Amino acid sequence: MSDPTGIDRNRFATTPAVRAKQRTEAVVRGVLLTMAAATIVPLVAILAYLVTEAAPALSLEFLLDVPRKGMTEGGVWPAFVGTLYLVGLSLAVSAPIGILAAVYLNEYARDNWFNRLINLAVINLAGVPSIVHALFGLGAFVYAAKLGYSILSASLTLAIMTLPVIIASTREALASVPRSFREACWNVGATRWQTIWSIVLPNSVSGILTGVILQVSRAAGETAPIMFTGAVFYKAVQRGDLFPYQLGEQCMALSMHLYTVSTQVPGVREAVPAATAVVLLGSVLLVNAAAIGLRVWLRNRKKW
Amino acid sequence: MTSTNTPVRRPTRPLWARAGEIAVETIIRFSGVSAILFVLAIFFFVFREAAPVLVSDSFRLGEFLGSTAWYPTSAVNVRYGALALIVGTFSVTVLAMVIAVPFGLGVAIFISEFCGPRLRETLKIVVELLAAIPSVVWGFLGLTVMSKLLVQVLGAPVGVNMLNGALILALMSVPIIVSIGEDALKAVPDSFREAGIALGATRWQLLYRVLLPAAKNGLLAAVLLGVGRAIGETMAVLMATGHAVQIPHGILDSVRTLTANIAAELGEAPAGSDHYRVLFLTGVLLFTITFVVNLTADLVIRGIRKK
Repeated sequence: MSDPTGIDRNRFATTPAVRAKQRTEAVVRGVLLTMAAATIVPLVAILAYLVTEAAPALSLEFLLDVPRKGMTEGGVWPAFVGTLYLVGLSLAVSAPIGILAAVYLNEYARDNWFNRLINLAVINLAGVPSIVHALFGLGAFVYAAKLGYSILSASLTLAIMTLPVIIASTREALASVPRSFREACWNVGATRWQTIWSIVLPNSVSGILTGVILQVSRAAGETAPIMFTGAVFYKAVQRGDLFPYQLGEQCMALSMHLYTVSTQVPGVREAVPAATAVVLLGSVLLVNAAAIGLRVWLRNRKKW
Repeated sequence: MTSTNTPVRRPTRPLWARAGEIAVETIIRFSGVSAILFVLAIFFFVFREAAPVLVSDSFRLGEFLGSTAWYPTSAVNVRYGALALIVGTFSVTVLAMVIAVPFGLGVAIFISEFCGPRLRETLKIVVELLAAIPSVVWGFLGLTVMSKLLVQVLGAPVGVNMLNGALILALMSVPIIVSIGEDALKAVPDSFREAGIALGATRWQLLYRVLLPAAKNGLLAAVLLGVGRAIGETMAVLMATGHAVQIPHGILDSVRTLTANIAAELGEAPAGSDHYRVLFLTGVLLFTITFVVNLTADLVIRGIRKK
């Protein structure tokens, strides 16, 4: 069948084997695309469901008001402020330790058995179940350190639990500063610490901030570790009071409050737990979105 | 002849600066070690609360690990058999992984190999947001949405059961499997891909013959970390799996896991009682299980780096 040009066109036609290959490819792509879509659907569905369920109760008033009528009505203010207390205090403890630990691991540690052990410990700290952290907090802070059931005990438990989050993202931020920056600094006679303080940390501050933000989101959402160390079902608080708690007493928390109103309190209006979930999820996602935005901004701005 | 004899005056830093630097570096080193101290402290304090029960009369280790009779508050016949709880934890975890592993790895592969940069960034953000949803919110969804769905669609007698918990756990583990799995695929050098494409391989052939074998350790680690997350999850399974201490016979039976059991009973167990100490002992058990799982995952990942 050769045409005037003398080229056998059939040579370039698709053979059955090639068609079969392309079919498989299309099927695989289709399946994977479906799977990817199936991970987006839950997020959208969850948000849509929660917001529609919560709509009757949701308002600024819901955030600012205190729970009323045995927690079946009213708002979430004491829980919201309690979460701020817990998150703030745990951040104050875990951010310095976590950042310094990351500095050690990235700037000082050599690759030997001891530092591999530290790495392993960080990984394990991240993997310890939250309820075991709760047991630890109860045994160590509430009883052994005699802090009692208090905001202090709960925040310390949260701080240890969220430490790996800060360590991991700070390390990543420090590792992204090119080695040549450090070498240039050492060459003009700076010590290791001077280099870290004046070159490494300023160049990784946004990345570190991202880690801190992620810690906030993680700490705000945790329930199990605070349940037995300092969070309480109910505490009488003035509406809109910004400083209702002492550090030595128990407080309410949003995550705990969601658990309480959805399982422990009979006769709750359906919109109340849903609205509580919206406030909690909304705050957490907002904080995460901030971290993502910061990272994107950082990546676009990076000069090296 | 330059003045070799006149001593060159080196710029020296004041004493306080040098002392300050030593102090700072000491603090840094101490912080570095803190992770080890915290892990040891967790084991120590949890074990310390649990230990006395090991020598108590009402407790036998064989019964704890081998019996399903869990009557911690019975007035006449107190029994601490945690087998049903252990089986509960494992059955929920296995079912969750059956759902989460194909999806997690599938999405990781899709993100890494089959989609363009814009879609990739979008999907990664979605996965990250999914990972950020607090477990108590997942539990709330299991309790409300998922349980209604299971009753309506599958005709389950109770909505809160093993399948419910497993579905919720699967949704929670997928983000971890995706992000670690995607890292593993990204770690395969591009030269591997280029060699495959040059030979005329389709993406699927490339994936199946080249990338999966090359990344299998990393993917295994991703699955293990997903398992670790599922075993340790507390609030979601507490709210979604129902509350029956029993060996499940089907996926629509209610179960209770080790984690949920601690969360449910710790509040009622008087401090220092045998019941309280047995709950701490289940904590030691959980700590040990997740330790082994995470250690394995770490060794698997380290195996890749060595190559």
